[in-house]
Amino acid sequence: MIFSELYSAYYNTVAEILSRIADGEHSERELQKIVTEKAFGESVLSIMPSLKNEKWQLVYSDMTTPLEHKPTMPLTTLQKQWLKAISLDPRIKLFGVNFPKLDDVEPLFTSVDYHIYDKYCDGDPFEDEEYIRQFRVILEAIRDHSQIKFEMINRKGNSMYVRCYPIRLEYSEKDDKFRLVTAGWRSVATVNLAKINHCVHYHGEKQLIGHERDVKYDTVTVKLRDERNALERFMLHFAHFEKQAEKLDRKHYLIRIKYSHDDEPEMVIRILSFGPLVEVVEPENFRNLVIEKLKNQKNCGLR
Amino acid sequence: MSSYSELLKSFEKIRAYMREFYIYGFKSRDGYNSKSSRSYDDERRRIESWLGDHMSFVRTPEGKNVFISIDSRSIRHNPFYNAWKAKSFTDGDITLHFIIFDILHEPSVKCTLSEIMHLIDEKYLSGFDDPMMFDESTVRKKLKEYTEAGIIVTEKVGRRVSYSRAEDADVKDLNEVLHFYSEVAPCGVIGSFILDKEDMDTDAFTFKHHYITGAIDSGVLATLFSAMREKRAVTISNLSKKKDMPRRCRIIPLRLFVSVQNGRQHLIAYIPEFNFFHSYRLDYLSNAKLEDVTPRFDELRAELDRMQDKMWGVNVKHSKWGHDHLEHVEFIIRIGEQEEYIVQRLEREKRVGQIEKIDDNTYRFIADVYDTSEMIPWIRTFICRIVQMNFSNRTIENRFKEDLNAMYKMYGIEEVAE
Repeated sequence: MIFSELYSAYYNTVAEILSRIADGEHSERELQKIVTEKAFGESVLSIMPSLKNEKWQLVYSDMTTPLEHKPTMPLTTLQKQWLKAISLDPRIKLFGVNFPKLDDVEPLFTSVDYHIYDKYCDGDPFEDEEYIRQFRVILEAIRDHSQIKFEMINRKGNSMYVRCYPIRLEYSEKDDKFRLVTAGWRSVATVNLAKINHCVHYHGEKQLIGHERDVKYDTVTVKLRDERNALERFMLHFAHFEKQAEKLDRKHYLIRIKYSHDDEPEMVIRILSFGPLVEVVEPENFRNLVIEKLKNQKNCGLR
Repeated sequence: MSSYSELLKSFEKIRAYMREFYIYGFKSRDGYNSKSSRSYDDERRRIESWLGDHMSFVRTPEGKNVFISIDSRSIRHNPFYNAWKAKSFTDGDITLHFIIFDILHEPSVKCTLSEIMHLIDEKYLSGFDDPMMFDESTVRKKLKEYTEAGIIVTEKVGRRVSYSRAEDADVKDLNEVLHFYSEVAPCGVIGSFILDKEDMDTDAFTFKHHYITGAIDSGVLATLFSAMREKRAVTISNLSKKKDMPRRCRIIPLRLFVSVQNGRQHLIAYIPEFNFFHSYRLDYLSNAKLEDVTPRFDELRAELDRMQDKMWGVNVKHSKWGHDHLEHVEFIIRIGEQEEYIVQRLEREKRVGQIEKIDDNTYRFIADVYDTSEMIPWIRTFICRIVQMNFSNRTIENRFKEDLNAMYKMYGIEEVAE
């Protein structure tokens, strides 16, 4: 059962408090900080008071405890089953890690139990040895905050050499690809992992200056007519963006979506996919992109 | 009157509120069909307590609207997982939990129930002013619950039953693995539970096109996975859009269908009562209960494998006599110079069907599917280059063209000369 107090923020917070008491920490203020860091917004009102007034009989009023050991709990069967399931995923080879012994555990699910039906079919080659090697070099460099260098082919088809700080890997479930977010590389901020070659650690002394580039955001406002379940479909489709909806009348809604400027072409076709039920209201340049596509369509002679 | 707590007894109650706040977010307090405004206030306060900065408010003439707004590209952990970590418990539950694991502090320590009872009273609770009293059945019940969860093991020697803690699994090397999979694997919240245990962190991964709403359906999904693993039927409540009350039904769950483009998850199941396959929205399912093992599971799943080649999305038109009802879809697009990337798009994004090159600038897409209407949003993404279409389902084809005309009108587009 997933919804269990065994996994609760309260149990984890109390475990940490008891652990710190075992280390000799008896200051109530210090212990209260753990609650602020590990539990929820209003947990300060209940966790320490419950311990202090002996509602939960684990801590005496002088902030000592009858427990003799730092609290620990073994993994539950459910946790082991989930671990077993991910240990069978093909992408796991990227990480090169040894899993704990789970021979007698049934996986919670296997690849035949679920199907991602609209993932693009040109995903990264997760089982390719060179891809795996490069992935590990990058992950190690992210961990160590060190530089890497690699070769790639640019848009003009020319080979270029790059030295940069890898900041993080961004995975798209739709594209089934990793992108590398970099710093210190003037011309490009992100690159598809599958497009880089000969990636190695850079051990030279040349330093790089520069931080991760800020993402430029734009906002598009659309008017939606709620027919054919359009409202629910639209709001779910764009659920992963920052957005705000406003009801205009019984059938119409105004929705503002904040998106990365680099994703504008993708946003245009995603909005087009809703047909006449969604109209771009502003900004004008975005509306013009839609109009341009429609004008071209009208010229296609589709009857 | 019971006092408010940020913890919850049942997850089901909060599930609908979280969806409403996150997916829609334009309703004021009066717009919710809850039993009372107090109930709305409590649920809103709980969600605010768990999600903190992700909650926003806006004032409208109808009142204050609460919504959850998250750019999932900018977060490293799914904030909805917090809701799964808010299960309520009794004072006795938490006290017993930490004492039992302090007694059974390593797997080699084995104790009988009476030894545990004695230690609880004499060693752990006697120092308190007003010590709690636990009877034997309460402690036995707790040990049984923990045995079922796999964290306590029992051993029987003769008539003596001893309890010890289960062997743990070392996950210290799995920090990055857990961070990645807790976001991309089904039931990722379980990975998040493991991360909490070890207090591990990394900034190595972020996620694009990342739908986080599925997190709130993890409970029902875990039960459905158990049913598939054990090849069992389930009885489950399904809230249909057409009815206000959920309907209980007996089904054989066969496979979860996940969309990474529209944020929905469906269960494809077989309904023995009507002898057909059906897709259920996972977010409308609740209260799943495992039933008997079914001997037909492998045969039904093989049938689904066969049907999958004709499914664009989640719909199946397969009569109870075993006949497929297929629809033919064909459309032609025109590409310009240097626009080969459009053909690559067709190749990359098609899920079934074939692409034929007519000439250097013209390509035909052909497929036979169960439901043409599922393809329409995708076909619309090629607007500006569709020159011909031929659907066996004429109603859908005509509607596509009517929709195009409606769009021309909506954007004030007159006839354009080539």
